[in-house]
Amino acid sequence: MNLQFVADGLAMGAMIGLGAIGLTLTYSILRFANFVHGEFIAWGAYTGLVVANGLIVLSPKSGSFGPFSFGWALLIGLFAAMLCGVALALLVDKFAFKQLRMQSNTIVLVIASFGLSLALRSLLEFFVTSQPAYYSRDIQMAVPLGLGVRVTPDQLLVLALAAGLLVVVHVILTRTHAGRAMRAFSENPLLAEVAGIDGAAVVRMTWALGGALAAASGVMLGITVQIRPTMGFDMLLPLFAAAILGGIGSVPGAVMGGLIIGLAEAGGVQLFGGSYRAAVAFLILIAVLLVRPNGLFGRRP
Amino acid sequence: MILDIFAYGTFFLATALTYAIVCLGLNLQWGQTGLFNVGVAGFVAIGAYTSALLTTPATPGRFGGYGLPIAVGWILAIVVAAAASWCVGKITLRLRADYLAITTFGVAVVIQLVALNAEPLTGGPFGIGFIPRPFASLAEQVALYDVLHLLLVAAVLAAVYLVLERLAGSPWGRVLGAIREDEEAAVSLGKDANGFRLQAFVLGGAIMGLAGAIQAHFIGFIAPENYLPALTFQVWAMLIIGGSGNNRGAILGAILVWGLWSFSGAAIGSLVPADFQARAATLRIVVVGLALVSILLWRPRGLLPE
Amino acid sequence: MTAPILEATRIVAGYEPGLPIVRGASIAAKAGEITAILGPNGAGKSTLIKAIAGLVLVSSGKITLADADITETPAHQHIRQGLAFVPQTENVFAGMSVEENLKIAVHILPKAARADRLEKTFALFPDLARQRQLLAGRLSGGQRQMLAAARALVVEPRVLMLDEPSAGLSPKFVASVFAKLVEIRQIGVAIVLVEQNVRAALAIADRAYVLVEGENRHEGTARDLANDPNVAALYFGAHTERAA
Repeated sequence: MNLQFVADGLAMGAMIGLGAIGLTLTYSILRFANFVHGEFIAWGAYTGLVVANGLIVLSPKSGSFGPFSFGWALLIGLFAAMLCGVALALLVDKFAFKQLRMQSNTIVLVIASFGLSLALRSLLEFFVTSQPAYYSRDIQMAVPLGLGVRVTPDQLLVLALAAGLLVVVHVILTRTHAGRAMRAFSENPLLAEVAGIDGAAVVRMTWALGGALAAASGVMLGITVQIRPTMGFDMLLPLFAAAILGGIGSVPGAVMGGLIIGLAEAGGVQLFGGSYRAAVAFLILIAVLLVRPNGLFGRRP
Repeated sequence: MILDIFAYGTFFLATALTYAIVCLGLNLQWGQTGLFNVGVAGFVAIGAYTSALLTTPATPGRFGGYGLPIAVGWILAIVVAAAASWCVGKITLRLRADYLAITTFGVAVVIQLVALNAEPLTGGPFGIGFIPRPFASLAEQVALYDVLHLLLVAAVLAAVYLVLERLAGSPWGRVLGAIREDEEAAVSLGKDANGFRLQAFVLGGAIMGLAGAIQAHFIGFIAPENYLPALTFQVWAMLIIGGSGNNRGAILGAILVWGLWSFSGAAIGSLVPADFQARAATLRIVVVGLALVSILLWRPRGLLPE
Repeated sequence: MTAPILEATRIVAGYEPGLPIVRGASIAAKAGEITAILGPNGAGKSTLIKAIAGLVLVSSGKITLADADITETPAHQHIRQGLAFVPQTENVFAGMSVEENLKIAVHILPKAARADRLEKTFALFPDLARQRQLLAGRLSGGQRQMLAAARALVVEPRVLMLDEPSAGLSPKFVASVFAKLVEIRQIGVAIVLVEQNVRAALAIADRAYVLVEGENRHEGTARDLANDPNVAALYFGAHTERAA
């Protein structure tokens, strides 16, 4: 086997990691497995598509950057997608989970989130049909990096963009009060209230951050793979596997978990073909739950 | 016209009652034992494929096709679904409830992948056709055939219902309830909680497999897209709306939700322009989701609470 | 005589509606004094201060802080009004550094005041000042209690409530934690202390309340209660029960 899977796996893993950050944060703060998270990815990707195409129609000459397949239009689209992710996450919380949290147990929340994710996907499919879409139909030339590894400029840029977002998230979580409040609340909600942190505000911030990152990873998936209404749903198993592998509540863990899942999937695809890609994440998930249920960086049982 | 309504009614009820059987299986797992299975569609698929592979005529390039009697197919559907449930349960039942949800979800995704990709075993995306129907000799008389089929499904449902009610009232059923309410107390009384859980999970999975087989032989063909996560969600919606923990609630929920599903399908069919219908059909899951959320907010324990 | 700064009057509170654990208990605390809440296991002491802190549902009664009614105030607002609470266990953010623990708490103050308050608090707790970057989870038991108290004090509250600060500590650490409380009293903070360790608590307290079955049984100056044979009977009774 050659090392190509490393490049593909890292690019995919970065996107899984971005999505898993939000999942691990909402999981540790709201304490339930949220199946809606995948839909933020898909809705984000389509928001990016609609905005970018709209801008290209308005200004056909905008063109693309150097070797990349896209230009300003998609960058603005990315920003719009993240806003859409924030809005969607806040709406979902306000109109569904906030009510249910007050009167129901975890299981009802999980089933409600499962149903809501199907509903959001159906709604998306209704608007955009189930046909795949692309930000750009240009075929990109892959550049050889040596050792038999070839990457497209888009893949490199996606990796860089993901790394940039990770730095931003790290700064938010460690250097700002909002970030510290989120960490504090996820560790010990009662003590956080006692220390003057408004739990409701933390919950909203967590949804917003998770929604924005998931939407961003959706746009990146759209750049490097393709855009389909089921893309978020298909990401659910990798996201859960990454979050649990990294340890629920751990942001570095989610990123590491994402990279590991991405590499394992790419390796699996190289060895066995693409048909069973989703099974790789599942096998890792089962293995982690059996061997180390708190994950690599998990805090407590 | 009246004959049409009658035919539609029997067809509708037969399908609803098949769902009710699945729903009873889930009620045993969740309602009575507290096991959070989000992979219902996978276990239904296992039953359907098992029976279909064994009873269909031989097909070149595909496993199975032994032309066995339908009854043998159904029994082996139960056995294989039970075995699969045992494997899944053995690995996952000691996990926390929400981890169990994620893993069973994964199981269903993987079963779906196998159904879609393992063409020599499952027929791939096109699925399996020519599945023999019970009372096939009467297939010409559509109305009679549908009535007989409905009676058969109703009989199976009644049998499953009676067995489950019996079990729920038995010492075994009471232990399940005790484990669900307070595992520590039950364990301290010397009950092997995981053993009981596994038994309930396997029995529930076997019931789902049986329902899958019945449905496959009623329709005559199966394909991977029959067993998408939407099926799992429908069954959950049926159980929660009907009243989880209550077998009669599970049956009522199945009929109501299937009614809502069919009605919203019919409404879309008559209200939406023809070339738009395939897209609009996806909205049915939104309707069921809304019904579920309203029940959760308005009557959290379902229409027929435990 | 100064008026009490914190008053909780005829409090009925519990975790489930209809099952009150505190049944009409009342306490008052004055600035510059240590007020101890004592009583046998299950007397409702912890539930009472959690109710005052806004963490347990209060079904009737009234809580005032400097004459303002705070009975209905949400828990996270209490510290802004000057009422600080230190829970018995898990009272620091173990996954965050010592400094971050304090930074979270000091954030409710105006920006200009924060750095100054942080340094003043470190001056009060020199042990912590030496370990600013250490994860709170790595601190010793006694130092954790210090950090928990520092987290509460960093915003200069008027009232500091502690739930069994001596629980799980060795006698040496108990002495140092209690000595620190005496030091804090001198700043003029009203301290409310729930304790199992009756002897140690009465030794530093000014006033004390003895709760039994969710109601006030005895109250008075610490010295009077320390010499009251009825209190001693309860105290030893509780011990005999525990030994049995």
